Amino acid sequence: MRRLRALLIKEFIQMRRDRLTFAMMIGLPIVQLLVFGFAINTDVKHLPTAVYDQSMQQDSRDFLAALTASEYFDITEVAKSHEEINAAVESGRTKVGVVIPPDFAENLKHGRSATVQVIVDASDSMAASSAISAAQLVGQMKSQEIMLKKLQGVSGKKIETPLDVRIRPWYNPDFVTAFYMVPGILGIVLTMTMVMITSMAIVRERERGTLEQLIVTPLKTWELMLGKIIPYIVVGYVQATVALLVGIVVFDLPVRGSLGLLYLLTSWFIIASLALGVLISTLAKTQMQAMQMSFFIFLPSVLLSGFMFPRESMPLFFNWLGNLLPLTFYLQILRGIILKGVGMSVLWTQILALTVFIAVTLAIAIKKFQKKIA
Amino acid sequence: MYAVETTGLTRKFGDFTAVDNVSLHIRQGSIYGFLGPNGSGKTTVIRMLCGLLAPTAGGGRVLGLDIAADSEAIKHQIGYMSQKFSLYDDLTVDENLAFYAGMYSLPREREQERIAAMLALAGLEKRRRELVAGLSGGWKQRLALGCSILHNPPILFLDEPTGGVDPKSRRLFWDIIYDLSRQGTTVMVTTHFMDEAEHCDEIGFIFEGTLLTSDSPTNLKKSLPGSLLAIPTPEPMALLAELEAGGRPYLDVYPFGASLHVLAAPDKVDAFAAYRPAVIPPSLEDIFVYLVKSHRKEAVA
Repeated sequence: MRRLRALLIKEFIQMRRDRLTFAMMIGLPIVQLLVFGFAINTDVKHLPTAVYDQSMQQDSRDFLAALTASEYFDITEVAKSHEEINAAVESGRTKVGVVIPPDFAENLKHGRSATVQVIVDASDSMAASSAISAAQLVGQMKSQEIMLKKLQGVSGKKIETPLDVRIRPWYNPDFVTAFYMVPGILGIVLTMTMVMITSMAIVRERERGTLEQLIVTPLKTWELMLGKIIPYIVVGYVQATVALLVGIVVFDLPVRGSLGLLYLLTSWFIIASLALGVLISTLAKTQMQAMQMSFFIFLPSVLLSGFMFPRESMPLFFNWLGNLLPLTFYLQILRGIILKGVGMSVLWTQILALTVFIAVTLAIAIKKFQKKIA
Repeated sequence: MYAVETTGLTRKFGDFTAVDNVSLHIRQGSIYGFLGPNGSGKTTVIRMLCGLLAPTAGGGRVLGLDIAADSEAIKHQIGYMSQKFSLYDDLTVDENLAFYAGMYSLPREREQERIAAMLALAGLEKRRRELVAGLSGGWKQRLALGCSILHNPPILFLDEPTGGVDPKSRRLFWDIIYDLSRQGTTVMVTTHFMDEAEHCDEIGFIFEGTLLTSDSPTNLKKSLPGSLLAIPTPEPMALLAELEAGGRPYLDVYPFGASLHVLAAPDKVDAFAAYRPAVIPPSLEDIFVYLVKSHRKEAVA
């Protein structure tokens, strides 16, 4: 106990002296949350749009008004030729070009199908898919409206659409991206700090030769491991708290489930990440290598865990690969508790997965660690 | 009784044999100098004795404890200092000492007393609250030594403790080593410096993993199979070529600073009279040159 205590005191003194790292540990979650929370919006609205209206009649103006009313399109340019539309999209001034042919109103009046051309800059796939679905929706709504008007005119009765699909977006009805991003960033920040800082801290001791000195003292392997892990559990909880506070205060993040359960389950993830950090430290010979290996974990964590992209649409292999990352499960826990308000009865599979991850990683890490000593 | 005893100690790294069949006997309370060029296996031997590395073959005992089976028990009994002066740069002098006091679980009262003693030994009483990063080599070296003997170990392993330290600090350091030895501590120390080696009770010379000899400096100097002649010359290499071509009856010849050293059988000394040689007592360096060459079969034994 005396040895472990001396080691912990030493770790905390070192942490306190290393101002830059300390500032990074606290500042990182705040900066990342603010940047990601405000900057990233997966529901792309207000796309700059160029319009070439050759019809110039009430009907065409109605259609353009409907486009603007959807909030997806902002008409920023009025073109006078096809060339001008092309130039607007090509130069990137607008993401969308709308061309209404001269016979638009004429066709509508005579009950023929009127065409509208919508040019979309698909080099930006997220903006493009937003624009496409919005334009399609506006088009359908418009034709439905015209059709109903026509039928009512013929029959004289009030007519209703045969199908009425009512959509209820649960958990995040207003599609606030921040609600989705904040738990994700909390997980990302924890992954980065826990894996990178622990692995680097241990490798630094090896580089400086102090690890060798520790090994010739009576310090036990498990004491050394605990001494390296415990301080970062504290750091992890501080980061989680900072991130949650920013989420709640700045982004009005609703925490629907039990905060206590969230804190409890966070320890699973922190320990899993720390175990990974310790494992990396047994493989890396220099701090540089430790950092590179941490990024090797970090990038797939961003891409495959469901932080950015839905895991459902991934090819099976990558979906499995994502199951090897602790963040995948922690994100499900975070979003489950924060947004859905679910409890243990739903989350036990994720807890089980993290437990298995911890057991396997720690077992390998301890084994490798002892080899270095022997 | 021996403080350190090994028999056939061997360590391989892959195909490379770093330490080959080394059998050592270090008397309790003596200063044992472990000499050899870089990469000859000194550090590997010390690491095996301290339980940092497992031997591939052979074994040994430190203070009667088996280095393979009782390595954890050995760790309570030894002090170890590596060439890196493994201190925490971002901790103060006091904090480093307190940390190692914790590692050896010193009781509180004894901790204060020992830390005070180590501060006095290193001469750091006035700088105890300074960060180690700001100390120069000699201070760091003495503090590192202080950290490794806080728990009063009966045996101390020093792996090139005087590398990169100024001559004055080296002398101060060796004064501490003598003191420890007088108080009964066994010291095993590796070094490059021949003047340091002269002061050891016994010297082991290791070359390419093999222990070539182990004896007192006085006995070693008597071990040359002939007389050593020094021929002063401004052109040692030219004279060397001349002698090698001339078929004179030498056992060995090699340049040594601004002169040429010739090893000759006592009755053949006269054959070199033309060069006006001086018969000199061999230095440890002469002994090692001879040992290495005879190991490589370049000199006549």
